[in-house]
Amino acid sequence: MRPVQLIAIFVENRPGQTARITKILADALINIRWVTIANSGPFGVMKFLVDDQDRAHDALKQHGLMVSFLDVLPVEVADAPGSLQAVADCLARNNVNLDNTSGFVSNQHAIVIIETHDTDRARAALQAQGLRILSREELLGL
Amino acid sequence: MTSSPQSQTYWAPREETLARPSLEALQLERLQQTAARVYERVPAYRKKFDEAGLKPEAIRGLADLGRLPFTTGADLRDAYPAGMLALPLDETLRLHTSSGTTGKPKALFFSRQDVNNAAELCARCFVATGMTKQDVFQNMMTYGLFTGAFVAHYGAEKLGCLVIPVGPGNSERQLLMMQDFRTTSIHLTPSFALYFADFLEKKGIDPRKDLALKRAFVGAEPYTEETRRKIEDGLGIKVYNSYGLSEMNGPGVAFECQHQSGMHLWEDHYIMEIINPDTGAPLPAGERGELVLTTLCREAMPILRYRTRDITSITTEPCPCGRTSRRIQRIMGRADDMLIVRGVNIYPQQIERVLMSVPKVGRNYLIILDGLDEMTIKVELAEAGFDGQLEHVVALQEEIKALLRAEILTKPKVDLVAPGTLPISEGKAKRVIDNRTL
Repeated sequence: MRPVQLIAIFVENRPGQTARITKILADALINIRWVTIANSGPFGVMKFLVDDQDRAHDALKQHGLMVSFLDVLPVEVADAPGSLQAVADCLARNNVNLDNTSGFVSNQHAIVIIETHDTDRARAALQAQGLRILSREELLGL
Repeated sequence: MTSSPQSQTYWAPREETLARPSLEALQLERLQQTAARVYERVPAYRKKFDEAGLKPEAIRGLADLGRLPFTTGADLRDAYPAGMLALPLDETLRLHTSSGTTGKPKALFFSRQDVNNAAELCARCFVATGMTKQDVFQNMMTYGLFTGAFVAHYGAEKLGCLVIPVGPGNSERQLLMMQDFRTTSIHLTPSFALYFADFLEKKGIDPRKDLALKRAFVGAEPYTEETRRKIEDGLGIKVYNSYGLSEMNGPGVAFECQHQSGMHLWEDHYIMEIINPDTGAPLPAGERGELVLTTLCREAMPILRYRTRDITSITTEPCPCGRTSRRIQRIMGRADDMLIVRGVNIYPQQIERVLMSVPKVGRNYLIILDGLDEMTIKVELAEAGFDGQLEHVVALQEEIKALLRAEILTKPKVDLVAPGTLPISEGKAKRVIDNRTL
């Protein structure tokens, strides 16, 4: 199974950067399915889940941007109280540290996107718990 | 005589390996001639001697060198256009100038013998790096009033190389020449070398496979050992440090041999001293200070005890290459480039050394001084320096700050930027922008 990846872009933290990056993606007819932007002082990182990451990568590189791919685990949980706690508890018991976590609900599917250095251990632990990890196709098809 | 493909050890074996006592006797003889010549022919020097109550005959040993007057950049500017000339103008062959950032330039004249000597010294330097007449020499320095390109050009021709006088800039054309004429040796500034390595990387050219480059002669700007290694890695070659200044002929004054450990300064043509740049007091070998040079063989424009403003030290230890001329360490900076930030003396090269020692840092940086005394260092990440994690970029920024603090005792702001963001330079790089309102 092809791992689910985000495309991450290093940007200067100044006005107009998000507009600039999203214009490059729009001009390349890339559909953005999910986004997060984090800044630290003079610079920041934008992360996107897109429908065609290779084409997005090439378009961004052509504009001289620093681009990298990040493996993530999209975990489907019940859209009910305690679901996120169950994921966190499972990972804690297996001593997996979370780097970044975010989540959203789409068409009655609640999705937690997990970034960790221990992708393999996290995947095994979550699957052993009976949680479903979405493939790239499933995630984009929601 | 048929040419041999083997590299020779020395270009001028006798002069380059003179035993120290013979070398010093030769220096004294030439110093006495030079002092007598300027006293007789250059009114500005006669005036300096007379003011000091000194006659050229008073120079009886090398220890008397310190009695001679210094010559400063300002003296050469005041003498513009031809006040320092020791020959009739019609016996001079070539004029160069030294870039004056303020006001008048320094005019530097060469006689036929001076042009020949400058080329001879450059040929010695090139042979010391293993260059032979089979090599193809692409000269990427600026041709014109600046000495950098011409003097090296004549040196490489003297050795018998094919010389390609392409000049600086236009990386596409540089690459075309390198590919079509199988260039082995290049001569350029460190900032252009770094830029050119980036250019090849972006073009997808692997210099180790696609080009025939073996060595680069890099000079005209001070640079660090870390920058040398970056250029060597980026171009797949050996980089030899070259020292010269227009006031002393240009390139070929001091040069690294194949051991790449300090630059042999040709002591049969120059006498070197190291002094305290503030007091003018002489400093012993090994101590860092301002390099002072006296020409011993120049006809058109002999110069006594020239204050180069370049900061270095002398190494007296013999070199395994067998050359007896002592070495100077790479130029640490210019006495005039020293920055004072929050009361601390800082040479830009100290900052460069720190930055270039961090693998995830790229090849371009800028030091910006602002406001009352704020230092910001903008530095490009290496192409492979970003793995998608903001936390890692922040950690790298903190690491650089801590390393800088240990080196320059003040903690600057560090801005990491993407490769290709900072202004590029194909000539002498401008690394410091001082907008302080002190």
